[in-house]
Amino acid sequence: MSRRSDTLEPRTVEADKVVDSVCPYCAVGCAQKVFVKDGKVTQIEGNPASPISRGRLCPKGSASKQLVTSPTRVTKVRYRRPYATEWEDLDLETAVDMIADRVIKTRRQFWQEETDGKRTRRTLGIASLGGATLDNEENYLMKKLYTAMGAIQIENQARI
Amino acid sequence: MAEAHPVGFQWVVEAKRRGATIIHVDPRFTRTSALADVHVPIRAGSDIAFLGGLVNHVLSNDADFREYVVAYTNAANIVDSDFQDTEDLDGLFSGYDPESGHYDPTTWRYEPPEDPTSDEQELQQELEHEEHEGGSDGHAQAHLAAQSEARGSGGAAVPWKGRRDETLQHPRCVYQILKRHFSRYTPEMVQEVCGISPEQLRQVAESLVANSGRERTAAFCYAVGWTQHTTGAQMIRTASILQLLLGNIGRPGGGIMALRGHASIQGSTDIPTLFNILPGYLPMRHADQHQSLDQWLADDEGKAGFWGESRSYAVSLLKSYWGDAATPDNDFCFDYLPRVTGDHSSYTTVKAQIEGRCKGYFLVGENPAVGSANGKMQRLGLANLDWLVVRDLQMIESATFWKDGPEIETGELVTEEIGTEVFFLPAASHVEKAGSFTQTQRMLQWRDKAVEPPGDARSELQFYFQLGKRIRQKLAGSTDEMDRPLLDLTWDYPADELGDPEPETVLREINGTGPDGAALSAYTELKADGSTACGCWIYCGVYADETNMARRRKPHWEQNQVAPEWGWVWPANRRILYNRASAAPDGSPWSERKRYIWWDADEGKWTGDDVPDFIPDRSPDYVPEDGAKGPAAIRGTDPFIMQTDGKGWLFATVGLADGPMPTHYEPPESPLPNPLYQQQNNPTRRSLATASNPLNPSYTEVFPYVFTTYRLTEHHTAGGMSRTLPYLTELQPEPFCEVSPRLAAERGLEHLGWATIVTSRTAIEARVLVTDRVRSLRLGDRTIEQIGLPYHWGPNGLVPGDSPNDLVNVTMDPNVYIQDKVGTCDIRPGRRPRGSALTAYVEEYRRRAGVEETTTEGTQG
Repeated sequence: MSRRSDTLEPRTVEADKVVDSVCPYCAVGCAQKVFVKDGKVTQIEGNPASPISRGRLCPKGSASKQLVTSPTRVTKVRYRRPYATEWEDLDLETAVDMIADRVIKTRRQFWQEETDGKRTRRTLGIASLGGATLDNEENYLMKKLYTAMGAIQIENQARI
Repeated sequence: MAEAHPVGFQWVVEAKRRGATIIHVDPRFTRTSALADVHVPIRAGSDIAFLGGLVNHVLSNDADFREYVVAYTNAANIVDSDFQDTEDLDGLFSGYDPESGHYDPTTWRYEPPEDPTSDEQELQQELEHEEHEGGSDGHAQAHLAAQSEARGSGGAAVPWKGRRDETLQHPRCVYQILKRHFSRYTPEMVQEVCGISPEQLRQVAESLVANSGRERTAAFCYAVGWTQHTTGAQMIRTASILQLLLGNIGRPGGGIMALRGHASIQGSTDIPTLFNILPGYLPMRHADQHQSLDQWLADDEGKAGFWGESRSYAVSLLKSYWGDAATPDNDFCFDYLPRVTGDHSSYTTVKAQIEGRCKGYFLVGENPAVGSANGKMQRLGLANLDWLVVRDLQMIESATFWKDGPEIETGELVTEEIGTEVFFLPAASHVEKAGSFTQTQRMLQWRDKAVEPPGDARSELQFYFQLGKRIRQKLAGSTDEMDRPLLDLTWDYPADELGDPEPETVLREINGTGPDGAALSAYTELKADGSTACGCWIYCGVYADETNMARRRKPHWEQNQVAPEWGWVWPANRRILYNRASAAPDGSPWSERKRYIWWDADEGKWTGDDVPDFIPDRSPDYVPEDGAKGPAAIRGTDPFIMQTDGKGWLFATVGLADGPMPTHYEPPESPLPNPLYQQQNNPTRRSLATASNPLNPSYTEVFPYVFTTYRLTEHHTAGGMSRTLPYLTELQPEPFCEVSPRLAAERGLEHLGWATIVTSRTAIEARVLVTDRVRSLRLGDRTIEQIGLPYHWGPNGLVPGDSPNDLVNVTMDPNVYIQDKVGTCDIRPGRRPRGSALTAYVEEYRRRAGVEETTTEGTQG
């Protein structure tokens, strides 16, 4: 080891905190340690204590710091008007409010109190796809809200 | 497994070091094959024939684990005398209606008792009533609504346990029926269907048999490619039959492991964002079959096994949805549940979008323009919406189809004519929110939050909570009855100053609470009177003692080999399901070597390193009284406690849309006639007839090759989480196709050059990898060439390329509505035509192959 190398330390040593996490890619469920300094993720490594992964990560799991720090991540709401050729900016609160309006309108427009003489109490106007990359708590709120809305075409990757 | 689940594969390598034999069955030679003892190349889509050959070997050599088979499976049960097999009907089972394309499964039942008890009569009447309810076929209706999946945690109900012949000699006992059914799957037939030599089949069969029995166990691992066939559910059934015959279910080192591909795809099935089920595999309410709470629960309630308590699970779910508004007087708001009337699955919904019947769409961490079969169908659907909400980390293809999708290039879609309003909302990543994933072996693991999400990025938890709040605010004061389910919803989660709800309160609601408001410890505490609430009964216990059990991180070196204090596994933190089967009927371990759970007679309870999957103090010699119901009806020797007859099913009397036993059918697009029967394809497959989903005719010279899609280690599904990362894109920078040297010579394909791959849907281009990894297969007197296509690419990201999923047709398994990823194609050297020349090129192929234009829209099957 050169004298300079001898003075170097891994950036994990400088972390303000180390947080327990789980790899977000496949369903093996490898345990991760997330190293944070000044509110930024500085490194993600495997957790040797896991009986599943024993500290190992595959190429994707090892690259997951890039997943969260990627410069191409979109961090602002983007909005495309009908028939427009470009994106526009939109305030997040406004976007959520506009989506709520559209849910209410489409739900009403496609409401089926009955279908072929049988009570159905639903809307076929609104569908949703996704959930396999999300948390259990998120899937729970999604299904709960959609069910109360009467939306039934709720699906995720498990079907694909 | 080494490719798609590399870290899981470390255990396979570890097993090999300890003497295990590793067999890898796959059309391509991969890093898994490189470390396996045997690689078995197989024609894509022919798995039932291969597994059927193994079943035939076991049965014709009396190589089954007889004591296990007699005691723990339905091998001895005698089947109705009206049952007819595919052997009798040239590829069909009895009960098939060619007009509707559905089966009536009445003749698949166990033989009715000569002198049925009143309970049995009642149950049979109930089942018959369900069968013919509403003047239409109840079985067909149930399968249209994909209700078999409501069996995700247990089997369908049977009216009687049936007469048994434990000598297995009765000609109509399951064992003998199975033996006759699989006798057609000879080594020679396997060669003709799969391209696997008789020698290799024998080698695999003998290894399996040698590694099963009292002293040894064998495991099957499948990546979910098995599910992506029109016979997918039955492929997995064939493996189940084999494993039951060999005594490899419920025992350490045994089982059938689904290696699933997304961090919480198991969780999103348990707490489903799926059309056909509610949390904990309760079926969605059906408009015809479930007109009352009682009818909804009638399938399972009061019957033997733990599904018999379904009313407690269902009422507790309604209580956690609608809280105080859910009372016994209003059937706990049962009327608030929207009803299904058939197939509302993803592909059928896309067809509805194309036809203008579904106008609003949420895409939440999913990219169907690349990840779903027939990308064009997906994009035509997206282009016909009123509004689309996309929530993701990166700008994925499903959000930009209106600007730069393949149909913009060909002129089939024009940006200025697409009326879809698109909201792209950035999502928080896995380290920017706390929550639990459920991994592929049902283990919940909690993640803590490390940092705040950047900019406008938010968790789905926050987005849906805020969306729900706003909708409720806007509807507040509404007197319209249709708004009651939203207004009465319990939706008051504590949130921080930014409106982000506390995820542990949601996990606690999922876990459930008792009359005193305290967290429950086990689903056995749930009540049907409305005094308990529980968001997902199988997850009850994850928050026992007010502790987040999913957050446990006790190092494996401080625990026994089961490691029960790392995370939490549903149900009841049990790691191996049905582990009562790891002991012999008398309760002693099958062998010292395979000791796992056993009966401790002195203590009067089941014991071992894992949580016993049995009533803790039920003695092996317990025999239920006549008329016993629910858990009380479980015999001391019946390990399969979620089944009404307590047995592992070699023969499924009910529950499947396409037959009580698996049968090989050809994929919807195939280069050859079915060598087994006249019946070419799964007669109950679900087709989607629409102009953008034309099928290649089978065995046409225009599309002479088989293609199949798969993953690479360095990429993830539709690529949104990998094509955007420099490290990963450097490792796998370009789409490619794998072809054999023989095919390369036949078509003049040059290694590292370009090739165009064509189906009736479209043509794509990819770099050519000429390799022995993909073998030419000999099937009888013909040679079959297969083309391998990693499917991760699309027009966006750091390394753009054509999407192989654009080639795939949509024809679905009739049980679960998953597409068949195998198809036929042509391949030619060079890049594909550009612009409108591409559509003309594909059109010319369709004309030559005689593909019928679909002008009438319809869904069949």
